[in-house]
Amino acid sequence: MVPVLFLGFGALLVATALMVVLHRNPVTSALFLVLAFCSLAGIYLLLHAEFIGLVQIIVYAGAIMVLFLFVIMYLNLPHDVEHGTHIAVRRGIGWMVGALMLLFATLLMRRGWAPGPENAAMIGQEHGNAAAIGRELYSRFLFPFEVTSMLLLVAMVGAIVMTKARRPAGEERP
Amino acid sequence: MAALMNNDVFVVALWAIVKVAIILGVLLGVVTYLIFAERKICGHMQARTGPNRVGPFGLLQTPLDVLKLLFKEEFIPAEANKIIFHIAPMLAVFPAIVTFSVIPMGPPPMFVVTDVNVGLLVFLAMSSLGVYALTLAGWSSNNKYALLGGLRSSAQMISYELAMGLSTIPVILRSGTLSLVGIVDSQAGTYLIPGTHIPLPSWGVFHWYLVLPFAVFLVCSFAETNRAPFDLPEAEGELVAGFHTEYSSMKWAMFFLGEYFNMIVICSIMITMFFGGWHGPFMELLGPVFGPLLGLGWFLLKLSAFLFFFIWVRWTFPRLRYDQLMGFGWKVLLPAAILNVVIAAAWLYWRAA
Repeated sequence: MVPVLFLGFGALLVATALMVVLHRNPVTSALFLVLAFCSLAGIYLLLHAEFIGLVQIIVYAGAIMVLFLFVIMYLNLPHDVEHGTHIAVRRGIGWMVGALMLLFATLLMRRGWAPGPENAAMIGQEHGNAAAIGRELYSRFLFPFEVTSMLLLVAMVGAIVMTKARRPAGEERP
Repeated sequence: MAALMNNDVFVVALWAIVKVAIILGVLLGVVTYLIFAERKICGHMQARTGPNRVGPFGLLQTPLDVLKLLFKEEFIPAEANKIIFHIAPMLAVFPAIVTFSVIPMGPPPMFVVTDVNVGLLVFLAMSSLGVYALTLAGWSSNNKYALLGGLRSSAQMISYELAMGLSTIPVILRSGTLSLVGIVDSQAGTYLIPGTHIPLPSWGVFHWYLVLPFAVFLVCSFAETNRAPFDLPEAEGELVAGFHTEYSSMKWAMFFLGEYFNMIVICSIMITMFFGGWHGPFMELLGPVFGPLLGLGWFLLKLSAFLFFFIWVRWTFPRLRYDQLMGFGWKVLLPAAILNVVIAAAWLYWRAA
């Protein structure tokens, strides 16, 4: 049962991820990305990582992609323009980066790094892994966790400062 | 067949499918009469009678309305994005139905489809996916009013989802689990008001640090179901009909099916988190067969009370202005929800220490 589901979700993930890149219409691409996130969440569920799987849907599919869609719809983008030299240059860069990634991935796979341990220890199975994740996050990974939150705060403040209209020096606040 | 019946996975899956089929069938009937109830209650609130012509007391009004909608001509705008135009109404119904699979409607294992150990997250995930229906319907119609409705809905639901998610945290802190069955279990029994001999049910809302989270969750639930006073995405006074301007026939009805499903889901979640789920008096007296049935009865009674409350609010409050809506969500509800988390965490830590 599980291998069949894994193959199904995996195939769906690869197909939708390809469609994100290949489709011309930006809104359709964004929707395929949502599907890709959902199939990735399915794979997480199969690995007994229910918390990660559902947070994947809440955060990526439910919040971030809605904001993406919001911006795409707000800008009302037309279909991609398919001519001009800069498109050719971009295509060339894209092919090069893609080839490099493929090379890198094959190297990794041949060294046997990517697959990970055969029988990874399942942490906190009896209470579900939300508790286990919380315990690890607030003990062993507390410092990275706090640093990340600071980073996000800085990004948020930065975004607010940048979008605030600049006033010439000396002008009164309205 | 005998080999299959001995297979645990198969039996569990079979029971789940049977329960899902029952829930789906019952829900469709419930929604039909919920719409009837809404029209009746609204009528009496406005000193009218409401529908009373078709069948006894007008009881056949909504079934016949559904029949009419099924036979109506379906109109698709020429410049619409056809595929997404068809997908959007399905997305309105699907996430709401999925959530029913984790709601404990009575004592487990009989009245629970599945007890997932992250049940509350299933609800949050599905309610966050509900945004797509409105947003995509608005965009694919190729109509400026529809697009405005879609944009409003995506902004509104993202804003209120944050406060809603944060207001569930005090409940999780109290029960120590994300499973909805576990959350209901943590509200069993009664406790005495400190200093007196008056017993209170140990439901979430009867604990002082869960009153404010309940208020925040209640307000957010109106926004999440797009009902008045937060029905900005379909504000008929300014946007024709908002996101469903171009929809007709059964596709239009699907959005309303989704809205009523969402209403039932969010009321059930509120009962589960703050009103003790299926817990109620006299359940022990009736024994192992009728006790659970009474539990289901308590759940349905609380559900009906909440649904009446939703209808009551819809026909009482005027619609908010868009900037008021956004300001209220971000400047009042979100800080209040964060404050709740701090207060509840501090209190529970202090009490445990």
